[in-house]
Amino acid sequence: MGVTALAALLLIPIGAAAVLALISSYRLSAALNVLASAAALVVAGSLFFHRPPGGLYLRVDDLSVVFIVLSAFVGFTTSVFSASYIAHEVEIGRLTPARLRFYHAMYQVLMFAMNLALIANNIGLMWVAIELATLTTVLMVAVYRTHEALEAAWKYFILGSVGIALALFGTILVYVAARPVVGQGLVGMVWTDLMAKANAFDPALLNLAFVFLMLGYGTKVGLAPLHAWLPDAHAEGPTPISAVLSGLLLNVALYAVLRFKMLLAANQTAIAPGPLMIVLGLTSLIFAGFMLYRRPDIKRLFAYSSIEHMGIIAFAFGMGGPLANFAGLLHMTMHSLTKSAIFFNVGHIAQVKGTQRMADIRGLTVTHPVLGWTLVAGVAAIAGLPPFGIFTSEFLVVSSTFARQPLLAIPLVFGMLLAFGALLLKLQGLAFGDPSPGAARARASYLPMFGHLALVLAAGVFFPPLITAWFQHVARLLG
Amino acid sequence: MSDLSFDIAHLLAGGLVLISLLMLYQDRLTALINVFAAQAVTLSLSVAWQAYVQQAPHLYVTAVIALAFKALAIPVALHRIIKRLGIHREIDQVVGVGPTMLAGIGLVALALVVMLGVTSEADRLAREDLAFALSVVLLGLLMMITRRNAVGLVVGFMSLENGLVLAAAGAKGMPLVVEISVAFSVLVAFIVIGVFLFRIRERFETVDVAALDRFRGGQG
Repeated sequence: MGVTALAALLLIPIGAAAVLALISSYRLSAALNVLASAAALVVAGSLFFHRPPGGLYLRVDDLSVVFIVLSAFVGFTTSVFSASYIAHEVEIGRLTPARLRFYHAMYQVLMFAMNLALIANNIGLMWVAIELATLTTVLMVAVYRTHEALEAAWKYFILGSVGIALALFGTILVYVAARPVVGQGLVGMVWTDLMAKANAFDPALLNLAFVFLMLGYGTKVGLAPLHAWLPDAHAEGPTPISAVLSGLLLNVALYAVLRFKMLLAANQTAIAPGPLMIVLGLTSLIFAGFMLYRRPDIKRLFAYSSIEHMGIIAFAFGMGGPLANFAGLLHMTMHSLTKSAIFFNVGHIAQVKGTQRMADIRGLTVTHPVLGWTLVAGVAAIAGLPPFGIFTSEFLVVSSTFARQPLLAIPLVFGMLLAFGALLLKLQGLAFGDPSPGAARARASYLPMFGHLALVLAAGVFFPPLITAWFQHVARLLG
Repeated sequence: MSDLSFDIAHLLAGGLVLISLLMLYQDRLTALINVFAAQAVTLSLSVAWQAYVQQAPHLYVTAVIALAFKALAIPVALHRIIKRLGIHREIDQVVGVGPTMLAGIGLVALALVVMLGVTSEADRLAREDLAFALSVVLLGLLMMITRRNAVGLVVGFMSLENGLVLAAAGAKGMPLVVEISVAFSVLVAFIVIGVFLFRIRERFETVDVAALDRFRGGQG
């Protein structure tokens, strides 16, 4: 039962990708895309109840199941949003039938790669899966074939490849460290064996490996100073991809970092991986906070906000301990939901206004009340205003920092306030004031963004004890 | 392990580092691609030797991939691309040769200090292999920084990747080496295609039609 669930998690997207590559009717392919994503979500949910035993290649544990379900859920809602978004793009001729087939197939290949990375029980396989995910997103960023899109894809490609190369070097070093203890061959790369015997590994090699892995996968997480690809890739690709990039792919890379962090924590003589993550996290937070003020492009604005939030999350996991880890997990979930909702919204806004330049988007609450007020709610949520869930998680991060390292709380709060100010400043221009021209009626699918924001709101008001207990359990695992 | 097999492995891995340094100061693209092909041949020999020493037949596959793909297919494709784009005589170097070489030597020293320092418990061959591999990786990164041209960038990345394959082959009994080298080959192939599309596009968008004709005329 469980084994079939794992197989289904991989076979559904890859099978759907093969079929979608052949269908050029957008109605049919969009429906199929939604259907496949929904099926994957059901399968992912079933993993809560039936957990298959770990093999040499695949396994699911308490940590990865959180990521898998979150990724399947956002993957599903994004596919619903994508259906209405793509309809518009096809209408105005930005997507030809051939590119549409390509787009849908790549969407499912990306889902496949992310699922594989999350259920891999093997550091080599995980690396291959993350490489595949990078490749597919590069191709999707370039799908419009404009000069800017190609340039963004190229930048993403080069930086992503260097990151991936560094991560591979780190992976090889982990294997070299593990080989004398775990044994030669495939077992030397299996997570469960590595974790069980990590205490006997050569600590010096592990330290060096972690530096490479942190820089390598950190590039994919979008941590400053390795973030340069992220805003371009978000701004120039189709908006569903921006939502998936921010909501999911950054998380998958973060998952890889967390796994290796746990490996280091299991070895008592290795360095503590926390400080490195804290430094990168704070750098990203403050850097992105300043950058937010001068963004002319609405999608770039929210891309920088993703860097900011990944910084907070990396910081929280770097602090470690049950409370900070809990806050990190919660913040990651809330950020995924909120940020993808914002991108759904921004995608429709850019379509009705015909531009992404914020100077040309004003007074949305007047011309498009639903889109405008949803944007207000989304930005309030992402900026960390109560009663939304991000307020809860940011509050937890800050209070746990105050309790343990009060000095670190100063730059943390400073960065959060910086970003808060920038977002509200920008929101004022976007949502209120004299409306700019462009009153085309939006044919939006509101359900995905309402759903996400409702979840975030619900999490801020009342967090179900069942999920709290689950997150607490995972937070303890993270050490 | 006998001294002879160790020495040969050492020689080949050292050769890779030497060729990486050679690549740093090639300012013409044609020469750069030729030196890269030489590095790929050396890599292929080095991996084949590891396959023989470790008695790991799957590494021969990696060696053949390195030879066929990186020493032949990619250089030929790149030569054709730079001819088509008319940049085969172009000089491509952002920083001067002197500072680049000094930085390169510094990086090799850094790699040796770091790697030999931390791997005191690993066996001799794996240890030196990793040190050389890290040198090649760092030199590849340096080359990517000092090149302005997309082709130079790609060659830098591929030489970085040569260092990774060397490390993977040197780690005794490492699984998935073949799969990883195939995955990387796919990546590199994509990059090369990307360069082609990107550069072509760049050319055509920055020049008007008249200039386009001139450009074609210049090609003969």
